[in-house]
Amino acid sequence: MLADFFQYDFLRYTFLTGLLIGIIAPLLGTFIVVRRLSLIADALSHVTLAGISFGLMLEKLLVISFSPLLGGMIFSVIGSILIERLRSVYKAYQEIAIPIILSGGVGLSVIFIALANGFNNDLFNYLFGSVSAVSRSDFLMIVTISIFVVFMVTIFYKELFTLSFDEEHATVSGLHSKTIHLLFIVLTALVIAASIRIVGVLLVSALMTLPVAAAMRIAKGFKQMIGLSILFGELAIIIGLISGYYLNIPPGGTIVMVSILILLISIGMKRLKFFKAVKAREIK
Amino acid sequence: MGKPVVSMKNVTYAYEDKIVLDHINFEIPQGSLMGLTGPNGGGKTTLIKLLLGILKPDEGTINIYEEPVSKFKGRSKIGFVSQKANSFNRGFPATVFEVVSTGLTAKIGYFKFMNKKHKEKILHAIDQVGMSEYTYQNIGNLSGGQQQRVFIARALVSDPELLILDEPTVGIDYENVRRFYDLLHQLHEKRNITLLLVTHDTGIMTEHATDIVCLNKTLHFHGKPEEYHSLSEKELSNFYGYPVHVVEHNH
Repeated sequence: MLADFFQYDFLRYTFLTGLLIGIIAPLLGTFIVVRRLSLIADALSHVTLAGISFGLMLEKLLVISFSPLLGGMIFSVIGSILIERLRSVYKAYQEIAIPIILSGGVGLSVIFIALANGFNNDLFNYLFGSVSAVSRSDFLMIVTISIFVVFMVTIFYKELFTLSFDEEHATVSGLHSKTIHLLFIVLTALVIAASIRIVGVLLVSALMTLPVAAAMRIAKGFKQMIGLSILFGELAIIIGLISGYYLNIPPGGTIVMVSILILLISIGMKRLKFFKAVKAREIK
Repeated sequence: MGKPVVSMKNVTYAYEDKIVLDHINFEIPQGSLMGLTGPNGGGKTTLIKLLLGILKPDEGTINIYEEPVSKFKGRSKIGFVSQKANSFNRGFPATVFEVVSTGLTAKIGYFKFMNKKHKEKILHAIDQVGMSEYTYQNIGNLSGGQQQRVFIARALVSDPELLILDEPTVGIDYENVRRFYDLLHQLHEKRNITLLLVTHDTGIMTEHATDIVCLNKTLHFHGKPEEYHSLSEKELSNFYGYPVHVVEHNH
């Protein structure tokens, strides 16, 4: 069944890209979820869409080759910095930054799409993901992003964890919380741009949060949660990609549904454990 | 008593135009266990925030180890257990070990990894607060009193010379409050840590403190526990702004 994935170049790129984002999306997602910033991923993915549309528009209007993914990445990083600016402007209502950036992203996308004279198939792939859309240059860019993200999270793991657990304490103890937070948001933006090829704009935040939500139910500690999140993420991507390919469904849909299934199982398992514990106690 | 760990001179702070602290002068001598008390809204937490450099005074100077707070580099010399420690996100999936390790992050420094020595330090701090058997348990599963001990361990792990505790016993049952004070006493005696303890519960605090400061916008009292006990109910009521009855704790 997997044979196709190794036989054809484009499928091999897709598969390997999938494995990479299966690591980096839940890795960053763990910090996003515990810091209650899940919606930021959504806002950034929509800004990324604006960048992609911008790239597609340039390609079409100027007939030059411009990587839409690069456009997406640049917009996403700029969007992440804007969100932080807005969050410091509206200190008491920080979440307002999210709808502003999200709608701004969609608004820009619509304009770019219209200027490029409407939808095309490519855009559909960016919205819902695709098993056949990863080019060699996309793949190389995603490999670079993945290495960079894993490297940065490893180097700054203790600072990121300290900040996530207790921001006030982190600041008081002398950490440069603002700088670390900015680094974190920029990394998030990069991960989103990298993941969009496979899962699509609309579902990228799911890949960052659903595996984490499942791991959270089971994990005893933070490192264990990261490990489990990556495991669940990989599982969802492998099953989702293969089934999406054979069923001819965009993989964004299948990956998210597998993630939800994993989430339900983890909730069920915890319930089962709880009932068993209660029964054991009753017998005692 | 040695030289002052903290000295505040003429410190004034206002939120918008509401003055919260009005020309405060006091020192925390090295090796003391200072109890800071006063009514709600009297400026206790503001004072702590000024000390930690979270807020900046409108007037006056604050020195820590004879350096202005804003320029003070030895942050790891100060341990802090905040009021919020009681209300942290209980669902946060972290083990006791991981939580205590965050107390070392700044001390280890950027671009450096935790080594064996640091891990031993963390285990030692957990042991010191009597939580060893819970080292790899999820912090969310512990009781309020146990969590409090973990936060103290987090503050202790960087070997602070000054430990600041803001309302550390709020929401903790009496038995655990007693254990908590025993622990403070031990730290104070054995490790010669200077302690600043902010609390409402003056009864039990005065048994342990070496110095007491009462704060309600201005400094109303600064002295030894014996002197504090000799204050009349009338004087205390004046200071708190409402009638106070001295109740003896029976132990």
